[in-house]
Order: sequence, then C-alpha cells, then structure tokens
Amino acid sequence: MAIAHAPHAKARVAPWNDPVIRGWFFQIVVVGAVALLAWYLVSNTLANLERQKIATGFDYLSREAGFEIGDTLIPYSPASTYARALLVGVLNTLRVAVLGILLATILGTLIGVGRLSPNWLLSRLCEWYVELFRNVPLLLWLFLIYKVISDAFPGPRQAISLLWSSVFLSNRGLYFPVPVAHDVHRWMGVGLLVGIAAAWGIHRWAKARQAATGQPFPSIIAGAAAIVGVPILVWLLGGAPLDFSVPALKGFNFEGGTVIQPEFTALLVGLVVYTSAFVAEIVRSGILALHKGQSEAAYSLGLTRGQAMRLVLLPQALRVIVPPMTSQYLNITKNSSLAIAIGYPDLVASVNVTINQTGQAVENVLIIMAAYLSVSLSISLFMNWYNRQIALKER
Amino acid sequence: MAVRNLDAAPTVIELDQVNKWYGQFHVLTDIDLQVKQSEKIVICGPSGSGKSTLIRCINRLEEHQAGTIAVSVDGRRIELTSDVKNVEAIRKEVGMVFQSFNLFPHLTILDNLTLAPIWVKKMPKKEAEDIAMGLLRRVRIPEQAQKYPGQLSGGQQQRVAIARALCMRPQIMLFDEPTSALDPEMVKEVLDVMIELAGEGMTMLVVTHEMGFARSVADRVIFMDRGEIVEQGPPTEFFANPRNERTRTFLSQILHH
Ligand SMILES: Nc1ncnc2c1ncn2[C@@H]1O[C@H](COP(=O)(O)OP(=O)(O)OP(=O)(O)O)[C@@H](O)[C@H]1O
Ligand SMILES: [Mg+2]
Repeated sequence: MAIAHAPHAKARVAPWNDPVIRGWFFQIVVVGAVALLAWYLVSNTLANLERQKIATGFDYLSREAGFEIGDTLIPYSPASTYARALLVGVLNTLRVAVLGILLATILGTLIGVGRLSPNWLLSRLCEWYVELFRNVPLLLWLFLIYKVISDAFPGPRQAISLLWSSVFLSNRGLYFPVPVAHDVHRWMGVGLLVGIAAAWGIHRWAKARQAATGQPFPSIIAGAAAIVGVPILVWLLGGAPLDFSVPALKGFNFEGGTVIQPEFTALLVGLVVYTSAFVAEIVRSGILALHKGQSEAAYSLGLTRGQAMRLVLLPQALRVIVPPMTSQYLNITKNSSLAIAIGYPDLVASVNVTINQTGQAVENVLIIMAAYLSVSLSISLFMNWYNRQIALKER
Repeated sequence: MAVRNLDAAPTVIELDQVNKWYGQFHVLTDIDLQVKQSEKIVICGPSGSGKSTLIRCINRLEEHQAGTIAVSVDGRRIELTSDVKNVEAIRKEVGMVFQSFNLFPHLTILDNLTLAPIWVKKMPKKEAEDIAMGLLRRVRIPEQAQKYPGQLSGGQQQRVAIARALCMRPQIMLFDEPTSALDPEMVKEVLDVMIELAGEGMTMLVVTHEMGFARSVADRVIFMDRGEIVEQGPPTEFFANPRNERTRTFLSQILHH
C-alpha cells in the first residue's frame, strides 16, 4: 500500500502539540533566560566595581607590569607591559602543554603496547608503571619530583660539571652552552626547513620505490639525516662560527649559556608520567577491544607481531583511542595550571600577579578563560577532524 | 568422487602424538595425522571436540604441549617449535580461512589482499595488485576491489578472505567452518570457490559440517570427539558404514535435519 499525502491533507495539530513550534518555544525561553541572567550579573558587577572605585576595562594591559618572571621564552623585563607578561605566561603554558602532549603520547603508547607483550617481566613492569602513576594525585607527584630535583642535586657551587666544565647540573637547573647569535643561524633555520622538505621527499620516494620494487628503504633514518645534515652543511658553508656562550659560576649562580629550570622539568616530568599512565590504559583497551580474529588473521598471513601491531591493530585501535585521548590532551593543558604549586611561571601565575597588582579580577579571569578555551577548542577541533579522517567505511 | 591414489605423493603435514591441554582440560589427545600433498581432508565432530584447536595448532595460532608437528616447506621438513623463524616460515606456506572472515575493516578489499605479499614477501606493489586482481576475478568479485569489507555481503567477504589467503601462494589451506556464519543462500558461492580450489590440486584441511562437500571433494573424512580422532576413511566408506558407535550417533544427528 502506498501512502500519498497531499500537503493540505496533513492533520491539524494544536500549536502546543506541534513538535516544531514546541522546539522553537523552548529554545526562545532558554536563550531569553540566559541573556537575562547575564545582563543581571554584568550590570550588578559593574555597579559594584564602580561603587568601590575599581577601574574596569582592559586599559591596564598597556601599562608597565613591574614584576619579574623567572623563565621566559621571549624577551621580557619588569619594564614590559602587562600584555607581554600575560603573553609570556601563555607561551610558558603552551610550551609545557605541547611537549607534555607529545611525550605522553609516545611514552603512553609504548607502555600500553608493552602491557600486552607476551614477555612476562615487560608486561608486569608496564602494569606497575600504570598503577603507580595514575593512582596518586598529580599534585603530589609534582611536589615529589620538584623536591627530588632540588634536594638530590647540589647547589650551584658544588654543581655536577659535565663535558669538560661546559654543562652544569645543579638544583638551579641544567646549564649548557649556546652559540652566540650569528647571521648564519638564520640561514641554518632555512636549511632546517629545506631538510624537512627533503625528508618528506625521501619518504615519498621510498614509498614509491617500495611500491615499484618491493624493497623497503630506511626512510626514517635517511629523513632524520637530512633534517640534521642540511643545517650543519649550511653552518659549515657559513664559515663554521664556533663562538659559544658558556655558563660560568658568578657569585651564587651561573651566568652565560642557557638553562632548563627545575620548575619546568618537574612540571613536564610530572605531567608526562601521570598522563602517560592514562594514555597507556587507553591504548591497551583500544587494542583489546579489537576482535581477536584480527591479530590471528594477520599472523596466519605471516606478518610478524610488530607488523601486525603497526599495520593491522594500531590503525584500527585508533578509532577507539582518539576520543578519550582528546580528553587526556585537554587534561594536560588544564593540569599544567598546577604549575603554581611549584613556582613555574605559567599563564595562571602571570594572571595571579596581575590581579594582585591591578585589582581587575574580572578582566583577568576573562582573559585566562579565553586563553584556555581557545587552546582547548583548538585541540578538540583538530582531534575531531582527525577522528573523521580515520572513521571506518561501512555500508 | 573416485578415491585417488595418494600413496606416492609426498607428506606435507605430519602430526605425531600431539597433545594439548587448556589448564586441566585435555583438548587434544594423542593426535596422529599425515597429510599428503594435494590431499583434501574434511574434519567433523560435535561442538567442543577440538577440531578448531587441531587445525589452529598447524599454523601455531595455538601452541601444542607434547608431540611434534612438522610441515614441509619447499621440500624441507620444518618442525613447529617456539623458534619464531620456523613459525613464520610455516605460516607463509599455510593459508587460513576463518568462520568469521576476519577481514581488515580499515583497508580496501585490494589492500586486504596485497598487505601480506607487500610486507612479508617484499613484493612490488604493482605485482601484488596484479596477483590480487587475478584472484578477485577467480572468486568472481573483481568489481569490489576498491570497497571496504563492511560494504560487502557475508558470502562476498568470505570469498575475499579466501583470495587474501591465496595471495601468499600457500601450498596448504586450512578452513575453519568457512560457511557456518553465512546465510544459506550464500553457502554455495563459497563452497563453489573451494571446490574449484580443490580441483586445482591445493592441499586442504576443512573443518565443516557440509557433508555434501565432504562427499564430493574429500579424499578422507576425519571424525573427532573429545579431543581424539575416533574414525577416519574415504567418504564413501565413512558415510556408508561408520564403524564407531559415536560416529553413527553424530552422523544420524547431522544428516537428519
Ligand atoms: N582458550 C581456551 N581456553 C580454554 N578452553 C578452550 C579455549 N579454546 C577452546 N577451549 C575449549 O576447548 C574445547 C575444544 O575447542 P574447539 O574450539 O577446538 O572445538 P571445536 O571442535 O572447534 O568446536 P566448534 O564446533 O564449537 O567450533 C572446547 O571445549 C572449548 O571450550
Ligand atoms: Mg571450532
């Protein structure tokens, strides 16, 4: 039986029973309520601030900050503006978050795969790692790691000196020499880009060659050689300038060279070990979620364990792994704000000082929320895009 | 089918007093079995009798604990030990088809077929694809090459699985209930491919309850129960006058429904 409906034959529905009208009604009510609440809060806050003679607006951003920041990626001094102080904080947060995400992914994947190893000792070690690091709060790990770094290593005067007194390890961090700025460095940067392009080319060529002849080519090693080799070549051609700024003890601390500070190290190590334990569990359960037949089919075709893992299991497990992995990446980013507990100058630290000095809490909290929100949303958008790329084709 | 004389053919699989336990459970007991080149063996028996376990021991998806299993590879007798090299050498020669197809869902049909030749045999991609397309034509689905497994019917998926195993040019094929997960109307298309393969001289061990297939293709039918080979013989004899009581009970159950 075919059912043909002419438009006018549609049964009449009372407006309060029509799902479309209902949908609109409730959406308008919700939006209206939210807007009303927001207006009430904002106008109240503004009125209160006015009564207390506290300035509002973002004018303060261009004023001089006047406070010191111990660890900066870009030039900064107390004479810089508040805006720059906040930027230093954002960059420090990004530095620890990006490195943390990279390292936690690599370490977590290795440990997750290791837990599935038929080697009893290896799988037990990986299991203990996971249980140890994920079952103690991150804050405690940060305190512990920071304490170990500052207590286990000697003060600057007794610093452990390595490599003919050019590298110093102390509780002030790891000091090591850096080349003095030179024009050739800019060209080495260009060389690095060329090297990366060459590595990509080698990878393409190696794939084509394997397709044509069946012979695999060690493209990872060759690519790495290109990325490292081209800048070195440029440096040699540029006359191989060998001026280094070497750290040396002056008074109570080192001068010259550059330093990886203990606060940064402690925060990075803490974030990585803690999060990699979760990543390991996500990877392991992603692989376990696959039907056992997948690995059996791969083995029965003659693939080795490693090939089966790389070509058959991990690519499929990715589908299960990516969504919870996104949460872990967001966690690293947000957990990096625990920096304040061990004195690493991240965004929260910059904002805290700024609030104390200017009293403009509302604006600063808005800035910090906007910063975390845009980083988190970027991660989410990227991961969702990636997830769609690897989705399976079903009928 | 007339019983062929296989006595002169070389032995390609040799099981000698093979035993296996799952914990306390004795799943294979004193299995002796010799398979001649291009022999077709059908293995049947009640559920849980150890049929899958037996053929999965031959390519080491399961490990046996006592006795020896040897497979001849290029005329060389290779024994299955914990030596990975031996296991890999044998797996290259032994193809397997599973009840649940086990195609790789993230790869196209063509990539499913070429994966092992490219990575295990280091074959040029073009050559692997030519072989793969030839096999897809043989199993009569060349037009599906660019699709994904999830887009195919069960019967088509199982034919792809057979082609995937054949892509490695194995000398021996193991089938573990290849038609049990299929709708009845798809069983024939898979059996037809297997019959064709048998006609080309492939050595085959097939766990199945398709007694029609056993009658027309098998050189030997093996009946297993509780981990033992209870009875074996050419299909004509096996079906006409089974000697063992357990065989008779089993046959009356599967032939009368
Ligand atoms: N990994 C395992 N651990 C413990 N017992 C197992 C395992 N695999 C199989 N078994 C048991 O071993 C016995 C034989 O299993 P097998 O799969 O070989 O039987 P089968 O003859 O293939 O049965 P079916 O016709 O149901 O496929 C069964 O009783 C099963 O429960
Ligand atoms: Mg079975």
